[in-house]
Amino acid sequence: MTTTETYSPFSASRDEVADVLIIGGGPAGTWAALAAAAQGARVILADKGYCGTSGATAPSNTGAWYLPAGARRDAEVERRLERSTGLAHRRWIVRTMEQALRGLDDIAVAGYPFPFDEEGRPYRANLRGPDYMAFMRRRVVRAGVRILDHHPATELLWSDGVVAGAAGLHPRSGERWQVRAGAVVIAAGGCTFLSHALGCDGNTGDGYLMAAEAGARLSGMEFSAQYGLCVADASVTKGLPFALASFTLEDGSPLPETGEERAVRIARAIVEGHQVYACLDRGREEEHDWLRRGQPNCFLPHDRAGIDPFTQRFRVALRSEGTVRGVGGLDLIDDDCATTVPGLFAAGDAATRENLAGAVTGGGSPNASWAIASGTWSGRGAARFAQSLGDAALTRPVRALGGAGLRPRRAASDELTARALLPYVQAETLPLDVNFFRSGGRIARSQQTLDALWEDVRDHAAGAGREALRVRELAAMTATGRFIWAAAAARTESRGLHRRVDLPDTDAAQSHRIHVSGVDEVFATPDDTARRALAS
Amino acid sequence: MIELIHAERCIDCNLCVKTCPRDVFDATDGTPVIARQEDCQTCFLCELYCPVDALYVAPQAEARVPIDAAAIETGGQLGGYVRAMGWRRGKPGGTENDPTRHLRVRGAG
Repeated sequence: MTTTETYSPFSASRDEVADVLIIGGGPAGTWAALAAAAQGARVILADKGYCGTSGATAPSNTGAWYLPAGARRDAEVERRLERSTGLAHRRWIVRTMEQALRGLDDIAVAGYPFPFDEEGRPYRANLRGPDYMAFMRRRVVRAGVRILDHHPATELLWSDGVVAGAAGLHPRSGERWQVRAGAVVIAAGGCTFLSHALGCDGNTGDGYLMAAEAGARLSGMEFSAQYGLCVADASVTKGLPFALASFTLEDGSPLPETGEERAVRIARAIVEGHQVYACLDRGREEEHDWLRRGQPNCFLPHDRAGIDPFTQRFRVALRSEGTVRGVGGLDLIDDDCATTVPGLFAAGDAATRENLAGAVTGGGSPNASWAIASGTWSGRGAARFAQSLGDAALTRPVRALGGAGLRPRRAASDELTARALLPYVQAETLPLDVNFFRSGGRIARSQQTLDALWEDVRDHAAGAGREALRVRELAAMTATGRFIWAAAAARTESRGLHRRVDLPDTDAAQSHRIHVSGVDEVFATPDDTARRALAS
Repeated sequence: MIELIHAERCIDCNLCVKTCPRDVFDATDGTPVIARQEDCQTCFLCELYCPVDALYVAPQAEARVPIDAAAIETGGQLGGYVRAMGWRRGKPGGTENDPTRHLRVRGAG
């Protein structure tokens, strides 16, 4: 844990108390808020933006696991276990499916307008983002939860070895706020390094950094080289339309077929200097109609550029989806989604999804189901934890843990603005030839660069008002990059989303997770206990 | 990125200021302003939440592009996304008709 004794005293102009504080108002945060409120807890949900539009789900459209017990569910469990390369857990996949089913039924009963199929049965395995999140916001409000929109949390509060709330900044007023709480759920999403993947720019790894400052451990951060395909220059990284696409290079020749998955072939062509084009010419007319009506935002880039994507080809690009549709995040130590730090719980993309996906993407149904399940479990667990402390928890003396980007250790420098530093972080996290295809030498270089940047940010970076928030986000992205590369250096093989060109084979002896922790010094350690437990 | 607030359509309700997840807009005494365009994440959600179809987000996520406001309005692009979704006056609607299930049942997602 970071030493904080030397930091200037923290004073907040807005000071509130709650039993449970939820950080983040995407799906996981809203499910956590509902579950905590159902336990009778006083709940505050602080969202960086607006609960209802924030996060990766709101602008999207996602599948979810709606699988009652039976052959179809069993088959999906086996498929996921096989893809995970030994890193997922059957028990967690099944309990997530069960909880997601309960959650989807629950919102159906509460009035969410799921479509019906031709036989008149409700179809609950798909959630349309804008509608889903607007619905969840209304439910959260009705449950008596206080929502603080546009209240980005920047740091955790600490009291005698236990997380005791969080503090942040209100960007419009520049005022600091704090919520003292019996327990905190981090549901702040993953990190995409401002890649402009759809809905993800608020996901700057804030939750990882503030948790790591409290001593929390992360897991699976090496499985972060997930990239979403989109129309070049556009933001809509939704995969569904591309199921009906054929791909060509700039000269019209087909994208080389190598037997590898599509994203790998496209990434390789781009790294080799090609331009890659797609045309949605493979489906039937009926399928085109479903796509158009079901995924209208996928067609905004085409319609607004005057292109017919079913007959004309268009250039595509890959945008980093980082740990949002990658896998890594805060490690969990029990069924309540507790982190390794007392009083701190994690849900959604802020938590590792290795239990469900292992080394491959959790994008789509696993992540959407995980948000429902982990949100519910963490909210309930946090409420129980807070209740076990009693009201005395809310009068504890607290201190703020935030370091880098908030409280420089040395003289602050005007030159270290977030805008000036962002390209340095992105150069070590976004390029395909750095991150999608990895190598030991390049990983070491990224580690050196980000270590040096971290020291500069920690010692000298600070801002006022909105720039204070941006600088703290920059610190969080730098920290996230260091977690990723520490884990990647420790995994001396290729596995799932961790593709090492210098070590292309999967090593059966490394069928374990890699934990990372630390802030000034980042440590990566293989988790042999999980491996033993799996074998037993 | 967000490129246009159509001043004649705008009713100064400030819903865009409230609901933008990236806090791109500022309220004023009248029509809100695009105060931090570079923070826009091109998610198109402000168009959905605008009750009078006064907003236009250009699909280019990384750079500002010149736009022709008159052509966008006469071309029916203002509110085009809202109508395709089935939302009305800033309120959700249409998900009960979402045909995406047909594609998912086929294993495409």
